[in-house]
Amino acid sequence: MELDPLLLSRLQFAFVVSFHAIFPVFTIGLASYIALLNGLFYKTENPAWDRLALFWTRVFAVVFGMGVVSGIVMSFQFGTNWSNFSQASANFLGPVLSYEVLTAFFLEAAFLGVLLFGRGKVPQGVHLFAAIMVATGTFISSFWILSANSWMQTPAGTELINGTFMITSWFEAIFNPSFWYRFTHMGMASFLTGGFVVAGVSAWFLLRGRDVEANRKALSMCLWLLLVLAPAQAVVGDFHGLNTLEHQPTKVAAMEGNWETRSHAPLLLFAITDQEAQTNRFEIGIPSLASIILKHSPSGVVPGISEVPRDEQPPVWIVFWAFRVMVALGFLMIGVAIAGAVLRKRGTLYSNPLFLKTLVGMIVTPFVAVLAGWIVTEVGRAPWLVYGMMNQAESVTPSLTGGMALFTLIGYVAVYAVVFWAGIYYLTKVVRNGMLPEGEQEEVTGETERPSRPLSAAHTPFDDADPARS
Amino acid sequence: MEMFDLSVIWAIIIGFGVIMYVLMDGFDLGLGILYPFAPDEESRDVMMNSVAPVWDGNETWLVLGGAGLLGAFPLVYSVFLPALYIGVFLMLAGLIFRGVAFEFRFKSRKNRRWWNRAFCWGSAVAAFAQGAVVGAYIQGFAVEDFAYVGGALDWLTPFTVMTGLGLMCGYALLGSTWLIMKSEGHVQEWAYRITPILLAAVLAVFMAVSLWTPFVNPDVWERWFSNIQLIWIFPALALAFAFLVYRSVQKRSEGLPFVATLGMFIFTYLGLIVSKWPVIVPPNYTIWDAASAPESQLFLLIGTLFVIPIVLTYTAWTYWVFRGKVKVGEGYH
Repeated sequence: MELDPLLLSRLQFAFVVSFHAIFPVFTIGLASYIALLNGLFYKTENPAWDRLALFWTRVFAVVFGMGVVSGIVMSFQFGTNWSNFSQASANFLGPVLSYEVLTAFFLEAAFLGVLLFGRGKVPQGVHLFAAIMVATGTFISSFWILSANSWMQTPAGTELINGTFMITSWFEAIFNPSFWYRFTHMGMASFLTGGFVVAGVSAWFLLRGRDVEANRKALSMCLWLLLVLAPAQAVVGDFHGLNTLEHQPTKVAAMEGNWETRSHAPLLLFAITDQEAQTNRFEIGIPSLASIILKHSPSGVVPGISEVPRDEQPPVWIVFWAFRVMVALGFLMIGVAIAGAVLRKRGTLYSNPLFLKTLVGMIVTPFVAVLAGWIVTEVGRAPWLVYGMMNQAESVTPSLTGGMALFTLIGYVAVYAVVFWAGIYYLTKVVRNGMLPEGEQEEVTGETERPSRPLSAAHTPFDDADPARS
Repeated sequence: MEMFDLSVIWAIIIGFGVIMYVLMDGFDLGLGILYPFAPDEESRDVMMNSVAPVWDGNETWLVLGGAGLLGAFPLVYSVFLPALYIGVFLMLAGLIFRGVAFEFRFKSRKNRRWWNRAFCWGSAVAAFAQGAVVGAYIQGFAVEDFAYVGGALDWLTPFTVMTGLGLMCGYALLGSTWLIMKSEGHVQEWAYRITPILLAAVLAVFMAVSLWTPFVNPDVWERWFSNIQLIWIFPALALAFAFLVYRSVQKRSEGLPFVATLGMFIFTYLGLIVSKWPVIVPPNYTIWDAASAPESQLFLLIGTLFVIPIVLTYTAWTYWVFRGKVKVGEGYH
């Protein structure tokens, strides 16, 4: 069998980026939450906020460290597997991606150390300032990354001359047509992720009766946040979809599983797509609803996949199902948030074991939803890398053979399997260890004024046979 | 932009980033290479503790270099990475393993043996791959029409295996002299003992590369031997520093061996650069061929000039805070 370097490179990129994405998605939301907790403590002097802040800062440290490690690979992937694309788009992507790295460095150099290790060593106001700056920095980082990605989806501000993209307007390129939609959608997804993780972990502690006061506070504030954000995200997602309809109609057609351009398009709940025959073999849908959602009228004409030739179509079933997974999980989140509001009104929010257990289970859902969403937008762009201008086949490294790509694909899977097993295992230990007992300060063993690495902010031992060290 | 040649400015910035990376990650990779030869577990603790606070800051320069190349010299990025495809993977895998091993070894006792191995092998593989990259750079790349056209293992030749092993020795030397500076007692004694051996190995490779390079690459021959020039000062100074390493170890100096080793590295590096300048993708492409559009170089320059001084200040501060000896049994985690 001939190994296809293009397919293998796509698989490798999808694998590496998916693994990487899990971490920043969480840290962006968590950073803001930590800043909020520090702010509440600053204002109210209630030690519960401080203990929560300390606990979540430790978790943040480990997740941030994992994000950095997996991010290193990303910054080389473009060159190793997509060298033609790198060469063609470097005038724009080079500076933009470098700015992301510079932002991360600046953040780490200036504020992360103060946030992780400065507690009790710098004035409280300075510590709060560092927390706010770290939270802001994570947003600036995602700003650059999403600008780069959005430009690939809806290129603007550049001109393709002799196979190289030349900048005509930095402003138009950075703030390209899909940028603000993607940035908002993704920022809210990060907050939802942070919210559901914190809610789930607090629920887990409440089920075991640990640190009841602090965890009630955390759960309560998270559920208020989710009650607002989960429905709002559906609205933002809808606007994002309409923007995609304008700029990438084929992607929307694939999301809807709609092959022919038509009015009164149904909203499909279930379908077995058949790309070969360019139709659905079986479908269950709500009549005219897709037309209503996309065109705000039952007679609205919705574009079909077959508008473009077959070799310009994305693999429809992936886009179709990934979209349904994302939307279904989104509605599940809205449902849980509303259930929380109902229980709060009844006064049984902290005592309903079924609801608390559900929240624990919900921890994974935002991660799955985010990955599904990215699959929709990335696979839905296929076969284009820079939409309408440069396709994947033109972008792949010309000297790359199938064997080479297979070697590194297996290699990265193996490396990540080991490293992330260790990381996730350790993270769960940090979380299970929980908060410090009230009134007890974190031990400081002659480490005063020492800056350090993110992971060392968590003092939990890796394995159990180690009572002497902590 | 008539007054400044942005490509030259960027070449200096990237060149600075590369040597910062080599010097700083060099000694902590070197300690990883020396790891299995350490006399006991106690000295391993000292070795690790001596670099624990700084190693991840050291590696940030690598990421900055990668991103900076894409922004300023995309041709380098899009030729080197495909040409060194397998080597880059090995290097990244090595760096990831050793980085994670670093963190979890301190938090682990039952599984410590495994983290030790990961630390050592990760460091050795990463160092070898980086040395082979240097060798491949001296060799040059099969490039046609701004794209790499060679095979997967073109970079792996007897010459690059030698430079790979050579850089492993060089990093080990940086590691052992660093350890002289940061340790005391029997750990320092051990470091004093191995330093001359490593120095001899590095000098042997240094000589071999110097003699071999003109055969691998005639342009280099031309530059060095067509007429005797000022550039001979670089290898001369590198050798002088090598002698200083030897003398200072004999005299039991504590800081000087490390400083002298840094000098050796810096002048060898400058010697390598003048062999090639202004070619950046050998054999044919200069920094101006490899450059991105001037407006892109300028756009990125602004942020870089803002951030680099802050990172340097922070780095200097970290090293200052952690100055002094690491004692046996002194926990750092």
